[in-house]
Amino acid sequence: MTLIEVKNVSKQFGGLAALTDVSFVLNKGEILGLIGPNGAGKTTMFNIVNGFYPPTKGDVFLKGQRVSHLKPHTLCKLGVARTFQVVRPLQRMTTLDNVITSAFIRTKSKSHAEEIAIEILKFTGLYDDRMVISKGLPLGKRKRLEIARALATHPEILLLDESFAGLNPTEINDQIQIVKKIRTEKEITILIIEHHMKVIMSISDRIVVLNYGQKIAEGTPAEIGHNPIVIEAYLGEEHSA
Amino acid sequence: MKKFLPLIIFAILCFVPFVGLSTYVMHILILVLMWSVIGMAWNVLGGYTGQVSFGHAAFFGFGAYTGGILYQHLGISAWWGLPACVVILTALSLVIGYICLRLRGAYFALATLALGEVCRVAAENLVEFTQGNMGIMLRERTWVDKTWYFYVILIIAASTYMLIKLVMESKLGYYFVAIREDQDAAESLGINTTFYKTISLCLSGVLTGVAGAFYMNYMGYIDPATVFPLSEVSIAVVMVVMVGGAATFWGPIVGALIMVFLAEVIRSLPHIGAAHQTIFGIILILIIMFLPNGVVGDFGKLIKPFVGRRTSS
Repeated sequence: MTLIEVKNVSKQFGGLAALTDVSFVLNKGEILGLIGPNGAGKTTMFNIVNGFYPPTKGDVFLKGQRVSHLKPHTLCKLGVARTFQVVRPLQRMTTLDNVITSAFIRTKSKSHAEEIAIEILKFTGLYDDRMVISKGLPLGKRKRLEIARALATHPEILLLDESFAGLNPTEINDQIQIVKKIRTEKEITILIIEHHMKVIMSISDRIVVLNYGQKIAEGTPAEIGHNPIVIEAYLGEEHSA
Repeated sequence: MKKFLPLIIFAILCFVPFVGLSTYVMHILILVLMWSVIGMAWNVLGGYTGQVSFGHAAFFGFGAYTGGILYQHLGISAWWGLPACVVILTALSLVIGYICLRLRGAYFALATLALGEVCRVAAENLVEFTQGNMGIMLRERTWVDKTWYFYVILIIAASTYMLIKLVMESKLGYYFVAIREDQDAAESLGINTTFYKTISLCLSGVLTGVAGAFYMNYMGYIDPATVFPLSEVSIAVVMVVMVGGAATFWGPIVGALIMVFLAEVIRSLPHIGAAHQTIFGIILILIIMFLPNGVVGDFGKLIKPFVGRRTSS
């Protein structure tokens, strides 16, 4: 079943074409990787799917409903949650309060929100840090807090924007386990942007490659790994021969 | 113990009129309570929601004029201004919110600054409605004695405190703080930031208006320069909250206590009394430098030298 369909989306910032005619679909239950060199338009794509920007041309559909004109908070209610590339915790709140805040989207009562938050914190392994002011968490945990916060909104689709960048090898392995668990235990569909090739190759079911705002390839990790156009985009022409 | 502190303070304040304090001291206490209400109201928007307003005189003045105009034109008691201003201020806040809350940070602050001035100039010129610079005077006062005024404002202050405490521990409170900490992140977490900012503004505006309506009844006379001023209301309330501690329950109350007493003391000093605005400015700079979170927020820092000395001796 198709959850999100991105149809011929273009986005221009003044004269700069950040995305040109990009289309792809996100199916229920899969992990779809979105990769591409710096400046390829990955985060712009996220911002469009998430509702921060309206597309200049084209549309985004969520379960067949056109959502490209909706605001982020409405999309969040419809089940699309995201994390940010540059972590943005609610700095002067504790880890627990951060997660409680996002749990309030599905409940009015504080005790229920707290219940949800504690469950999520245990799930992401942040329970022991629940009383820490989030500004004081190390980067690895702040990245995980981003995921925890998104999970607390009970999403159907999770958009992860470089949740692995800047982590050490141990943290990366922990994070991979969490992402896999999110799919298997919570049955959440994931769209993920990642630069770390080992990670993206090992967790994605399919990969979409962007370069200069255009989709240049789509396929399974194995196909993408052998695609000459992709190798060219990443390594330059001479290496592809 | 800490849980009962507000109750204990409320109980003590209830007995204050029986002590037989002079009219002057009662007047000061009433002002302290009134400023606590305005401070707590500003704190909802500026402290918790992070939308710093320099135009709260507009809400204060609207509240005061609601009572005044009801008395002047409809001939009913100015006390009706208290319930009436809830309606009027909600409407005003919705309009202001619709225009100003799409602005962020400094731009919002500037828009509210303009708002306060617009209201003052309008009140000065709509002579048929507001009596302009002649002001509105209540020809008969409800009570000569200050005791009842004290109880009225005490009840308003206590209700304001409880209401804000209730709000801040609920979903609304969490959303307000989330908006202050990161508006974009809040938006992506499913918080309709414009909507919740408007709620915060309404709450803040209505409570400030109630204080204004009380001021009309208590002072018995208002004119545009006393209820819509920039420095004596808009800036003063920012100082009350900053000195006491923004985004704390007790900050505005402690701030009001300090600022009202300080103002009285400095004004009564010979020679330098005339320069009280300058002295206030200097105090504000010192507070921002050394106690950026206010007296309540930096209480630990404030008592540290004393606590340290006790343990070493």
